[in-house]
Amino acid sequence: MSGTALDPRTAPVFPMAARSAMGDTQLRKNVRHATDVIQGKRARVVGEMPDWQELREAGKRIRQHTMAHLDVYLEEFERNCTKAGGVVHWARDAAEARRIIVDLVKATGSDEVIKIKSMTTEEIQLNPALEAAGIHPFETDLAELIIQLGEDQPSHIVVPALHKNRQQIREIFRTKMNLPELGERPQDLADAARMFLREKFLRVKTGVSGANFLIAETGGVCVVESEGNGRMCLTLPETLITVAGIDKVVPRFQDLEVLLQVLPRSATGERMNPYNSIWTGVDAADGPKAFHIVLMDNARTEILADAEGRQTLNCIRCGACQNACPVYRQTGGHAYGSVYAGPIGAILTPQLMEMEHAQSLPYASSLCGACYEVCPVKINIPEVLIHLRNKVVEQNGMRNVEALAMRAMGMIFQSERRFRAAQRMGRIAESPLVRKDGQGQGWIGWLPGLLGGWTQVRDLQSMPKETFRDWWEKRGTDGK
Amino acid sequence: MASSADARAAVLGRIRKAIGGASSADVARAEWEAIPREFKRAASHERGEVLELLVERLIDYDAHVVVVRPEGVTDAVKSLLEARGVRQLLVPVGMPDGVLPEGFAFVVDAGFGASELDAFDGVVTMATVAIAETGTVVLQNAAGQGRRAATLVPDYHLCVVQATNVVETVPEAMVRLQATASLATTFVSGPSATADIEMTRIKGVHGPRFLDVVVIEDAGSK
Ligand code: SF4
Repeated sequence: MSGTALDPRTAPVFPMAARSAMGDTQLRKNVRHATDVIQGKRARVVGEMPDWQELREAGKRIRQHTMAHLDVYLEEFERNCTKAGGVVHWARDAAEARRIIVDLVKATGSDEVIKIKSMTTEEIQLNPALEAAGIHPFETDLAELIIQLGEDQPSHIVVPALHKNRQQIREIFRTKMNLPELGERPQDLADAARMFLREKFLRVKTGVSGANFLIAETGGVCVVESEGNGRMCLTLPETLITVAGIDKVVPRFQDLEVLLQVLPRSATGERMNPYNSIWTGVDAADGPKAFHIVLMDNARTEILADAEGRQTLNCIRCGACQNACPVYRQTGGHAYGSVYAGPIGAILTPQLMEMEHAQSLPYASSLCGACYEVCPVKINIPEVLIHLRNKVVEQNGMRNVEALAMRAMGMIFQSERRFRAAQRMGRIAESPLVRKDGQGQGWIGWLPGLLGGWTQVRDLQSMPKETFRDWWEKRGTDGK
Repeated sequence: MASSADARAAVLGRIRKAIGGASSADVARAEWEAIPREFKRAASHERGEVLELLVERLIDYDAHVVVVRPEGVTDAVKSLLEARGVRQLLVPVGMPDGVLPEGFAFVVDAGFGASELDAFDGVVTMATVAIAETGTVVLQNAAGQGRRAATLVPDYHLCVVQATNVVETVPEAMVRLQATASLATTFVSGPSATADIEMTRIKGVHGPRFLDVVVIEDAGSK
């Protein structure tokens, strides 16, 4: 991957990008290892919580409720944040948000900023805009630092450099930090980052961050992190500029009782991440003297207007769906051509950007449902994917083969008799394509025509000899 | 400024269009109250077990923990500081009496700059509340806890927690924090750590690399 930004307007479509990612065995190994570890940890700490399902339900309800009253809560946040000495800005789109931030930094007179990892700043491609204005942004999250120094792009929303292993990271640090003797233990690499950044934390006077939650009731902002780089950026500079999607608001301080339980467990498999910071406006005796927050729409209101897509806004960016997704685990994040990868990226990107730039993404899923199962706020990603696929089909007109296939599917699903007939037909039609593996399982490595897109990058298991329904009925008549 | 007001009106307008008209604060309040919260919201263990759980969870996150009787606090702090080999320590304004031992240079935070903070070996503070289930201490900008930078820049943090301020669950902690919700607040769960390199947990990237916690038992307990 080069330093060119992940942008759906210019990125290769998913099937092509995925194909090249599939050829990179090192990348696949790194992604597989990282997602395995994180999933194991998540399963363990979620297993400790007998009330996990109740927490998920409450999380979903809080998020749904917030979206239904978003105007009330944003105005309440604005009022309380302003009262506490913060300055609230509004941005209709990415360009406006970039302009506001660049102007604010310029007004401080500094030509450097320290940054906390923030997917929102990636979304609006803030770093290139700052550079273009003669301002140098220093990423301070270890993973973001690896990506910035390696002129790379994030591939995961929580662990953006998970596609790199320690040898690769060491090479980047050795050259870019000029440390020829650098060891390769993870501890050596973390120490190098600590030394490299400490000087910047103590010197740079402006910080830029994203936000995990905005609290309407108090006007407070919450940032969740683990390294302490976030705390450095939030407390040491004289000016702090935070940019947040309008979807980040929560009604009350108390709501954190749910979100601070489900987020860390889902995101990094921890009971609580090492640091959560909550600050409200400015405090003469603690932290920055000036605090600005940019509330950004950037197509979120369009998602809000779409009854079926709206639940996408409930996302708290924990990344659990990425780790659980068999497609993401095979391809890694860059193939999605967007800073939001994995299942959430597959639904968020086409809605954030005009869909025509990301038409293949709603298909970048096997609809296995693993993403829905792990989502701490119960976003039904498969449901939204199908909704978006329908939109793609509509956008392309009802004339193409896919549209016909979709309509045929619709008809088949409407009638049980047709559904069964189709299953039988499918088994007959596929038989010339199936080859057996050693265990007597049938696999299809190639599908004809349009369906070929599916088998380009994966093998498909053949249909079972007998459907569950057939088996169930036979079982009934056999009297077993 | 005009453009900002335009943007504000535009975004709020789009939201109201999307949700079918302006929402009302009263309706929102009533609906918020009705959100079901059927998860665990109160302690399910006895006090002694809650303290044990806090200790276990803090240790699991690489903190060092001791539980002491009220009269043993100073000695406990002394031996921890000696074991860490620290001498120059920062303390926030309003540190209670009877916590700090003799024989160390304790300097009350007078709003030092970042580089001055960097020169201290460590910092000693109290906490508003501690959460057993997650192994967390919560600090606020209050007497004995100080401003955020003071517990961030030095490499070592010793935190003293009163057992009466230990709760079992996150929801209980949020109730305790509600009245002071607007103070700068930091949840600390173990020393600084990262898992960005091959998902291996590495201690101490930017925050304090070492966290010791002293839990003071209730005067009246067993
Ligand atoms: S969709 Fe759900 S699982 Fe995926 S990142 Fe968002 S909150 Fe997490």
